[in-house]
Amino acid sequence: MHPILLLVLQRLGLGVLLLLAASALIFGLTEILPGDAAQAVLGQSATPESLANLREEMGLNRPALTRYVEWLGGIVTGDMGNALTNKLPIADQIARRMSATLFLAFWAALISVPLAILLGLIAVRYQNRWPDKAISGITLASISLPEFMISYILIFLFAVQLPWAPSFVSINDSMSLLQKLHAISLPVAVLTLVVLAHMMRMTRAAILNVMQSAYVETAELKGLSTFAVIYRHAFPNAVAPIVNVVMINMAYLVVGVVVVEVVFAYPGMGQYLVDAVVKRDVPVVLACGVIFAAVYIILNIVADVVSILANPRLRHPK
Amino acid sequence: MSKIPLSALIGLIITGTYFLGAIFAGVIAPYGMAEVVGDVWEPSSPEHWLGTDQIGRDLLTRIIYGGQTTIFIATAATILSFTTGSVLGFLAAVFGGWIDQVMSRLVDLFMSIPSLILALVILSSIEATVLTLIVIMGLLDSTRVYRLARAVAVDISVMDYVEAARLRGEKFGWIIFREILPNALSPLVAEMGLRFIFMVLFISTLSFLGIGVQPPLADWGGIVKENKDGINFGIGAALYPAIAIATLAISVNLVADWILNRTTSLKGGRG
Repeated sequence: MHPILLLVLQRLGLGVLLLLAASALIFGLTEILPGDAAQAVLGQSATPESLANLREEMGLNRPALTRYVEWLGGIVTGDMGNALTNKLPIADQIARRMSATLFLAFWAALISVPLAILLGLIAVRYQNRWPDKAISGITLASISLPEFMISYILIFLFAVQLPWAPSFVSINDSMSLLQKLHAISLPVAVLTLVVLAHMMRMTRAAILNVMQSAYVETAELKGLSTFAVIYRHAFPNAVAPIVNVVMINMAYLVVGVVVVEVVFAYPGMGQYLVDAVVKRDVPVVLACGVIFAAVYIILNIVADVVSILANPRLRHPK
Repeated sequence: MSKIPLSALIGLIITGTYFLGAIFAGVIAPYGMAEVVGDVWEPSSPEHWLGTDQIGRDLLTRIIYGGQTTIFIATAATILSFTTGSVLGFLAAVFGGWIDQVMSRLVDLFMSIPSLILALVILSSIEATVLTLIVIMGLLDSTRVYRLARAVAVDISVMDYVEAARLRGEKFGWIIFREILPNALSPLVAEMGLRFIFMVLFISTLSFLGIGVQPPLADWGGIVKENKDGINFGIGAALYPAIAIATLAISVNLVADWILNRTTSLKGGRG
């Protein structure tokens, strides 16, 4: 077997183990903390008898391991049980909200990734001159701003002062793609800004790292223009670290989505999760939490695998 | 002692002002925290410098008291995160072997899930009080400090002077606190500034989502949440606490940058 295939399979195996461990951690956390679903349904004033009855009815008396295995099986097969608050199946809600969230994240990624790479290249080209300085200044500002602040500044400017975009997002299937894009323009802009600075700075660092190697110096000495050196020699070797950067930031987007959806009252997964936490709807929190964690972990595994595949030294072993 | 650069000086002054404001909130706040003193969302005036909030409380007063809560929680959580993370990290580095393996893999597991998601899962089961928030945030963040402390301590623990201390027959306590800690302090202190900012953003985000600091206590994130509906009428009340969060974060960042540069140049650039 090709050694790289073995390495990739190994990473994937570790990834599956990590996913299992993470789901156990999330399930275990709600298990060891005081209070359970029966308590949440009946409230603090419930009598011990009614609590015991409901626990029996909900099957909460069985060992934690049995319930974990059942719960995990349910998640994998798409049967996540019912929400405590409105008794509706969680899977239906999640299916609808997942596509809304993916729609938002997709457009944010589509805009931020090329923009970040381009700006990163510009920062390297004009290293230590004003475009580079401006970019690092913006980076400092954007890691200091919470997502909700960027959101409200944009709402204040572009929804209230200049009525360009709606501050509350409602999309439905009867809208055309253009109408939908207009509706989500502000949340997409916020998500883009949140990940852009990070991605830009890490791209810059990745390319600068490559720029210090001997073959780049050779290319410069043979008289190629700076852009040709970056484009032909530095960039191909920086692809692996950049893909890594992009994947890490996509994972970061997963978290940013939670806050941004709440700000814009966007009916996605993040809002569902926060609502469930406020209402102490533990089964919904568990389902959403494990999905968010899984997406985050899978993106990180993809980043790992891509950087293995993109590394020529691993692809052509001696 | 080198001269303090302008950016760090500005950072120090702003950070200092916020901390003093937090400590003396009761003295400098013009009105009571829950006192209704005017109409809903009054514009700024000589009586109310930043105007009033959504039920007519003085906004400047709310922000001063809110700063106290935010800064107190963030500071306490940072201290908890640092003591737990660095002690465990040093222990892992000194003991090595299976203790190191078990702790490091456990930390890897916690870090594989975003802190916000973990915090949401935990807060769905337990009541959010100031104490539980500090403990949750501090422990979740200690995983990051653990990584740094372990990495730094592993480098130091192979140094000759640590070897000498071991051969002298010193106990683990001595090796950790007298040999490793003094040499690991500068990267850890620089990291502390960043962790503090992260805590401020974390608690503000939780409160903004409605699962952090609960009323009647107020913090900056909570004040943004209370006043957010004003934005749609063109009232910027929610932006003031957000500006406070951002300026505090940026100024702490400037100071942390300076400390990092200073300590690395002290060691001749070895970092």
